[in-house]
Amino acid sequence: MTTKSSDHILSPLAKARGAGSAHHGSGHWMHQRITAVANIPLMLWLVWSVVHLPGASYQDVSLWLAQPVNAILMILAVLSMFYHAVLGLQVVIEDYVHCEFSKMLSLIGIRLGFAALGVAAIFSVLKVSFGG
Amino acid sequence: MASEKPLSPHIQIYRWEITMLVSILHRAAGIAMAVGTGLVVWMLLALATGPQAYDCFHQFITSPLGSLLLLGWTVAIFLHMGNGIRHFFWDVGKGYSIPVAHRSAYLLIAFTTIMTLIVWFVGCPWQ
Repeated sequence: MTTKSSDHILSPLAKARGAGSAHHGSGHWMHQRITAVANIPLMLWLVWSVVHLPGASYQDVSLWLAQPVNAILMILAVLSMFYHAVLGLQVVIEDYVHCEFSKMLSLIGIRLGFAALGVAAIFSVLKVSFGG
Repeated sequence: MASEKPLSPHIQIYRWEITMLVSILHRAAGIAMAVGTGLVVWMLLALATGPQAYDCFHQFITSPLGSLLLLGWTVAIFLHMGNGIRHFFWDVGKGYSIPVAHRSAYLLIAFTTIMTLIVWFVGCPWQ
């Protein structure tokens, strides 16, 4: 085992950070768990809400989404769900895409893609809420 | 090439286990839901755009294909959620023994089925 000069000034925690095959330590794992916990109530709420969609008119659904509680929960659901999706897809990509170039391209792609989808979704909720 | 060392199981002769099936389904459900977020964005964008755009989305989601996707979404959510809870138990070091892992896998299938039936029959999306 070679010793780098920086090893001496790093705490054990600092050394552990960024370790592992994906080079970001335990951060990914923890974020996945936190969003997983958040997703349980948020997804139950979303399923419970979507059940009423097929029979509802444009007016009904707009009024429903314009309610502060529903708008806030929808934005939280989008954030937590999309972030969890990025973390999950990242693991799948790291498992199956072995070419470094394609891997980086896919990882950047899902992040940009979900960022764009997230902004579109949140902007839409705000527009409906503020009566645009 | 005779060797006393145990060989790693080859995929073609690997016996299917419920735990293996559930693990694969968990990942498949996750990927499917990640793709399915497009539908959520479509719904919200359509609501923000106007009645015509929403009508287009509504027509799709109430079509046979749309209903099939919603049914798949319901199954995927509860399977992924239930298995996520199984993972939380593993995270704190519980439920690792083979009999318990098998039992929790069957419990997950039951949970997914019951929750899906509740949403589709008690919640009745078509009312």
